[in-house]
Amino acid sequence: MSEVVKKFLYLNRKAPYGTIYAWESLEVVLIGAAFDQEVSLMFVDDGVYQLLKGQDTAGIGMKNFSPTYRTLGDYEVRSVFVDQDSLAARGLTQDDLVQIAWEDWETGEEKENIVEVVDSARVSELMEESDVIFSF
Amino acid sequence: MKFAIQVNEGPYQHQASDSAYFFAKTALEKGHEIFRVFFYHDGVNNGTRLTTPPQDDRNIVNRWAELAEKHDLDLVVCVAAAQRRGIVDEGEAQRNGKDATNIHPKFRISGLGQLIEAAIQSERLVVFGD
Amino acid sequence: MSILHTVNKSTFERNSLESCLKFARDGASVLLFEDGVYAAVTGTSAEDSVKAALDRLSIYVLGPDLKARGLSEDRVVEGIRVVDYAGFVDLAAENDKVQAWL
Repeated sequence: MSEVVKKFLYLNRKAPYGTIYAWESLEVVLIGAAFDQEVSLMFVDDGVYQLLKGQDTAGIGMKNFSPTYRTLGDYEVRSVFVDQDSLAARGLTQDDLVQIAWEDWETGEEKENIVEVVDSARVSELMEESDVIFSF
Repeated sequence: MKFAIQVNEGPYQHQASDSAYFFAKTALEKGHEIFRVFFYHDGVNNGTRLTTPPQDDRNIVNRWAELAEKHDLDLVVCVAAAQRRGIVDEGEAQRNGKDATNIHPKFRISGLGQLIEAAIQSERLVVFGD
Repeated sequence: MSILHTVNKSTFERNSLESCLKFARDGASVLLFEDGVYAAVTGTSAEDSVKAALDRLSIYVLGPDLKARGLSEDRVVEGIRVVDYAGFVDLAAENDKVQAWL
């Protein structure tokens, strides 16, 4: 849809359900898929909680949108980065997080899980490398 | 410089809309271009024409409208966020069976694609939120 | 590539400034505005962290937000530059991109 291709970074720092930012930022990612940009998602601070497995919202009467994360591979999302220190501070490891599969329909290249836990130096580097950073 | 501005919060509750306004106004006065101001999350509430703030305080909605009028600014309210929060134009009223509209005429309701496009087409995205 | 990082929440309420300083690279700029300005004055528990950051980052504070909150410029940590909205716009234009720490 666009000739210009930019590196988009969606920065997520907030927990899900307590506020709407997690869900509405995901909606931007889904709509953004049609624009063929180079998309990465970054989860830092409480944002890491968005990727926790086993979310069950029946008791709070809210839509459980966590299954959507697992489909991000279908929405032109190449990389999902999670800040290691944010996980550790919250007593979490990668095992607590959902897995997101990705496949390139043209080449057949497949990845079982594009969720990557990275250290803070790499987080800084990824922010530096992006062209546009969305914050919610 | 061509700027895109994203406003994540509604009028008065947070300073976001005020800060965004002063940034936009100043940028325009300096000769920069504002490609679009995109209102998301509770920011869509900046687009209602029905506010009646106290006389001795700033009128946030009108202020944006006047800036838009003066500089031909594109003030866009996200349709999905607007539907959730009840910001309605004629089209939305008809589509969703609402008996009223409340959008301010200087704002327009459109899709999230407008934010993405703004990010692609402009040189700087500046986000104001909580 | 230099980033203008913006921090608008009080460092005593949120960890936005802390995270910003942790991830901002040497040579980057940080603008404290709205409630973020409280971190710019001397005598707070954040002062050491802010002073340490000044060794590698350029830190700015929005004057109108300081003034609104009753904080005079002579209370600003030495090395932090006070700017107005015109300065904010300039910083956004001069750096390669803006990153909001909300």
